[in-house]
Amino acid sequence: MSAVTSILTPIRLDYTYTAGRATQRFLLGMAEGRILGQRCPQCTKVYVPPRGACPQCGVPTTDEVEVSGKGTVTTFCIVRIPSDVLSVPPPFTCAHVLLDGADLPFFALIQECEFDAVRMGMRVEAVWAPPAELAPTFESIRYFRPLDEPDAAYETYKEHL
Amino acid sequence: MAAAIAGRLTAAHVLEYPYRRSVGPVLGAFFTGLTERRVTGVKARDGRILVPPVEYDPDTGEAISEMVEVGPGGVVTTWAWVEKPRRKHPLDRPFAWALIRLDGAGSAMLHVVDAGSAAAMETGMRVRPRWKDEPEGNIRDIVCFEPE
Amino acid sequence: MARREVAIVGFAQSASVRRETALNEVEMLMPILGEAKAQAGLRGPEIGFTVSGSCDYLAGQPFAFVSALDAVGAWPPIAESHVEMDGAWALYEAWVKLQTGEADSALVYAFGKSSMGDLPEVLTLQLDPYTAAPLWPDAIALAALQARAYLEKTGRSERDLAAVAVRSRRAAAANPKAQVRTTADVETLLATPYLASPLRAHDCPPISDGCAALVLACGEAVRRSAMPPVWIRGIDHRIEAHALGVRDLAASPSTRLAGEKAGATPGGVDLAELHAPFTHQELILRDALGLGADVDVNPSGGALAANPMMVAGLIRIGEAAARLAAGAGRRALAHATSGPCLQQNLVCVLERD
Repeated sequence: MSAVTSILTPIRLDYTYTAGRATQRFLLGMAEGRILGQRCPQCTKVYVPPRGACPQCGVPTTDEVEVSGKGTVTTFCIVRIPSDVLSVPPPFTCAHVLLDGADLPFFALIQECEFDAVRMGMRVEAVWAPPAELAPTFESIRYFRPLDEPDAAYETYKEHL
Repeated sequence: MAAAIAGRLTAAHVLEYPYRRSVGPVLGAFFTGLTERRVTGVKARDGRILVPPVEYDPDTGEAISEMVEVGPGGVVTTWAWVEKPRRKHPLDRPFAWALIRLDGAGSAMLHVVDAGSAAAMETGMRVRPRWKDEPEGNIRDIVCFEPE
Repeated sequence: MARREVAIVGFAQSASVRRETALNEVEMLMPILGEAKAQAGLRGPEIGFTVSGSCDYLAGQPFAFVSALDAVGAWPPIAESHVEMDGAWALYEAWVKLQTGEADSALVYAFGKSSMGDLPEVLTLQLDPYTAAPLWPDAIALAALQARAYLEKTGRSERDLAAVAVRSRRAAAANPKAQVRTTADVETLLATPYLASPLRAHDCPPISDGCAALVLACGEAVRRSAMPPVWIRGIDHRIEAHALGVRDLAASPSTRLAGEKAGATPGGVDLAELHAPFTHQELILRDALGLGADVDVNPSGGALAANPMMVAGLIRIGEAAARLAAGAGRRALAHATSGPCLQQNLVCVLERD
């Protein structure tokens, strides 16, 4: 046998995650077709999804706030490589969506929209899974699609880029 | 996919990496030796033969690379009997973890001893390797050690 | 440069539990960070340096430690660092930072939620990945190899080990944060089966979820504290070779040296908190540090009673400081360990005014 120059050392570890209090509330909201966030008692920002703390002030966020399924694209990109975690074939549009009433944009897919029509400030709304398929997962929101509304003014989301 | 269990949302997560590691000249010589059913160590600055070999002297940090064949038999320097093997353990029946100083070696290597029962184990006992039928060039080419 | 005197001015820890299912790491940390900062009399933005200790493999996510920052509040941007080690080493980094004069206070925290994975297997991954880890030796097996080496070298017995467990658990009965707070007697423990001979369940630590936070301060910042300051008079850490087979497992030369460098003179302390997750390791550490029968060792119950990974070492320092602050003594030794079979050791000498 020839000289050994490398070895295979596969590792596998199994975990069971629990969501934590704030994320559990959020995920149970998803199963009801609701988007639940939390408000910081200090700076009053609303975080969606919530993690139980204000990442800027470092204080617990305890006030629950329901926010709208409508929001604004703050930034976006067109992805042309396949994704292991997203079920859509490339190319597809990814965006940061700032929901009305929230202060933290989150990652979302944009569909029902031509690639050259996506833009910062575009108003979008959540497209939910059919009621029978709603579950405690982020995927209960299938994607966002354009709303027939004028674009949001840059000033309304410039603090959230 | 999350599921509600006992009032808590839980989700399974698997962390899996198929690492392929480059072994370099010193460990490469060790693993190549295993494919020929030979165990080799490296000579440290103080003359000790270290098995498994390391690239740098554990005391001085100097590069070392002179390979020396040892064993294949050796002596158990400490051991621990496992009555219920875990899923990933090398043997699926009761066995001993052991540090084994192979003949000619100045350090002990970690491996397992297939001795049948704890009563057959003793510090200072002699053992020899049991080889895999077709060695591949990794530490598990030695299936286990067995009492001589 | 003259050495700056650094004091521990706040310490808080969660209760250690086998499985924290209600809270994520951030939610676990929030109240503990708040408690430690309140004791220190410092608000978040006043703290000059923040550093944490944790292990991403416990969560199974690369860079998992970054998300714990949510619990601290990182705006305006803070001076922050992290060690992939027990929080005791985070404390060491904070102490060094204070020595530079760039900060007058530091927040140190550590967290570990081992219950998400299979801890004995997670710990396998700290071993040499070429010749040791592919055999998947678990943490208890490796400790058992060390235990036998120690017992056979010293002539001590499994009964001596059980006595350590009984004493630890009895001490833990008075510690509401501990996890294992009741015990059978030595005879009953010795009648239980081995996990990996010569170790039985009582010789091994519980698997724990938990977190802790500690605040250090220098100069004027010390006066803000509600807690009597406990001074770090010496601190040092030392490591031994990675390969188990080249070490003398029956002794801890790295602890002995760290103790000397930290100024831990035999007979010079009233109490000691030793990070000994296994019974025989307490005996090895006592030998290495020359601790006599007059020293109150692990009045908290130690890691045998509560062992949140990456936290239990920092807890030793916090426990020792809290006991001095409460008047239990004037001088204490705190020790933390990392790696298999006491590979790396940190010793810290604490003193009350």
